Amino acid sequence: MNRREFLHVLTAAAAAGMVLPSGPARAEAAAAAFYDAPAFGNVSLLHITDCHAQLKPIHFREPSVNLGIGDMAGRAPHLVAGKFLEHFGVKPGTPEAHAFTSVEFERWAPVYGRVGGFAHLATLVKRVRATRPGALLLDGGDTWQGSGTALWTQGQDMVDAAKLLGVDIMTLHWECTYGQDRVQEVAEKDFAGHIEIVAQNIKTADFGDDVFKPFTLRRVNGVPVAVIGQAFPYTPIANPRYMVADWTFGIREEEMQATVDAARAAGAAVVVVLSHNGMDVDLKMASRVSGIDAIFGGHTHDGMPAPSIVTNPGGRTLVTNAGSNAKFLGVLDLEVTDGRVRDFRYRLMPVFANLLPADPEMDALITRVRAPYEDKLGEVLAVSEGLLYRRGNFNGSFDQLILDALMAEKDAEIAFSPGFRWGTTILPGQPITMENLLDQTAITYPYVTLTAMTGEQIKAVLEDVCDNLFNPDPYYQQGGDMVRVGGLAYSCDPTAPAGRRIGDLTLGDRPLEAAKTYKVAGWAPVSEEARDAGGEPVWEVVARNLRARTSLAAPALNLPALKGVDGNPGLDA
Amino acid sequence: MIEHPMERRQVLTLLGALAAAGMVFPRMALANWDKAAFEARTMDEALKALGAGTPATGGDVQIIASDIAENGAVVPVQAVSKLPNTERIAILVEKNPSMLAGSFDIAADTIPDVTARIKMGQTSNVHVLVKADGKFYTASKEIKVTLGGCGG
Repeated sequence: MNRREFLHVLTAAAAAGMVLPSGPARAEAAAAAFYDAPAFGNVSLLHITDCHAQLKPIHFREPSVNLGIGDMAGRAPHLVAGKFLEHFGVKPGTPEAHAFTSVEFERWAPVYGRVGGFAHLATLVKRVRATRPGALLLDGGDTWQGSGTALWTQGQDMVDAAKLLGVDIMTLHWECTYGQDRVQEVAEKDFAGHIEIVAQNIKTADFGDDVFKPFTLRRVNGVPVAVIGQAFPYTPIANPRYMVADWTFGIREEEMQATVDAARAAGAAVVVVLSHNGMDVDLKMASRVSGIDAIFGGHTHDGMPAPSIVTNPGGRTLVTNAGSNAKFLGVLDLEVTDGRVRDFRYRLMPVFANLLPADPEMDALITRVRAPYEDKLGEVLAVSEGLLYRRGNFNGSFDQLILDALMAEKDAEIAFSPGFRWGTTILPGQPITMENLLDQTAITYPYVTLTAMTGEQIKAVLEDVCDNLFNPDPYYQQGGDMVRVGGLAYSCDPTAPAGRRIGDLTLGDRPLEAAKTYKVAGWAPVSEEARDAGGEPVWEVVARNLRARTSLAAPALNLPALKGVDGNPGLDA
Repeated sequence: MIEHPMERRQVLTLLGALAAAGMVFPRMALANWDKAAFEARTMDEALKALGAGTPATGGDVQIIASDIAENGAVVPVQAVSKLPNTERIAILVEKNPSMLAGSFDIAADTIPDVTARIKMGQTSNVHVLVKADGKFYTASKEIKVTLGGCGG
């Protein structure tokens, strides 16, 4: 669909009684109005996060399962589909409803077209900056990983794109999976004088010295603004520790408070945290640390149209989360007088590629970095009959495709695939290209493993990952989704205590036996032993499997039987 | 006070080398090796061997550690006492086969603030036990040990 067709849809939507006026000229005006965000106050902070190296426009289906447990039940971000629209007051059928939720995704994706793309994002950033002089652009990280070109260039394509986009300050997570030396190299060479990396919670493993500046103090229209960095606290656990062998992370709540106090003492009128904690961790941190005006959150890929307002002993803190895949631009406008924040406006603007012309300079950069790889990226592996997506607490159709391929190619009875939250979406009838497959798999530790595991060990793995997702204390969560499971049926009660959530393990028509050994295929191992053992990159295994199949029926999702979450608004039944 | 981290490292490396050569402090603790306490298999046994009954809880004893261990083989745990006349600080891991991970005798005029890197096989409550003025106090925290992987 092109821009003209999109505008036509907007007109049709208006005719159907929605908010927009009718007539093509008016539709054009409505499209302009879609991105019309009047400036407010005197300090503006723009936020992107978790773009996962998606330089080109893509489709990305938001989750239809995003359960909140305990205090988090029914609270943002744990709302999906209709409950989400209701909570945030978004009208069904609108472009916003499509951007923020999975509602009738297959119907609306062809209508509203692709989202994101750095050339389109760049146009939006320029447009917003034009009315907000001095605005800072913050990048919450997970920028250098998630595509074939990012992997093959060690993130260089994204480093250059972020500089051209005008990012001022960033923090880290997946960047670290290129190794600490690569991160330091970019920080000291490419980023010098352009982008500052901040992280109050990355220290040297020996003496606990800061690896990066905990915060940076900038003047925005004369107002001193401190931006504190909070990298993903569990990087050495969720990803290979050997990548960051000399660094240690953690949430470091007390040091966060000390950093906030230091920033205020240094004269900051505004203190914000650029965070890769994940939203539940941010919400808890906001309730316990005083003096933060806003936390710009990422990691959990929650596109939140409005901030959560959290009270703490020192006052109130806004907590936002800006989604993923370059799909959104967060804009926070603050009115600051007499050294403190008086009022705010926040918008999370969806990036519709059809409504925002590509920025020529960024477009040229993207074309240039992709040129050497276009042939490889463009290889068609198969055509998908069904919708292929990843995001969701328990499984996604693209993950199922990976699981099926692993079991078939490795002759395994059971397969595990990590609960990553990145990975783009393919519409029914679209070809699956090598680029699409790499969007789901491009990591620096892609080794496929085949392991003999006892039934007891298999259950222990499922329980362990499940606790990382559903521990009632957010500080014990790691922010990924449940490991995807192929071949093995199970039940899951997210509300049960650790070690007692997983049950009814069944392989074929037989119960899984605790002492019996099973062949389990997997990928993305975090241990050094697995790295040294080699193992085929997962994209090669899956590509081989797909090439042998011309057309691909929608995979049958292996989902656990859920218990204890009936009526949970994080579940679109 | 040495400010530059590299210089500090060099000094400490030198101290380490001296220690390895048997020239400074490593043997002091051996005099007080508490066999019964280190071999205790249950919390009650360990507390008994250390001479503590039911220790008091309160804000004057603090345990500082991450919520999830980055590496179960070396988990940094810091124990701080604000109690006057602190004589001893011990660190106990409830689910380790031998609970007592370390015990430190605090000499007079020493700041009662110790950090140890302990080994943990699984998620467990970790306790700091402080003896001050002949009385026992404790603080606890759960430290999770996970398999890793699968992060968003």
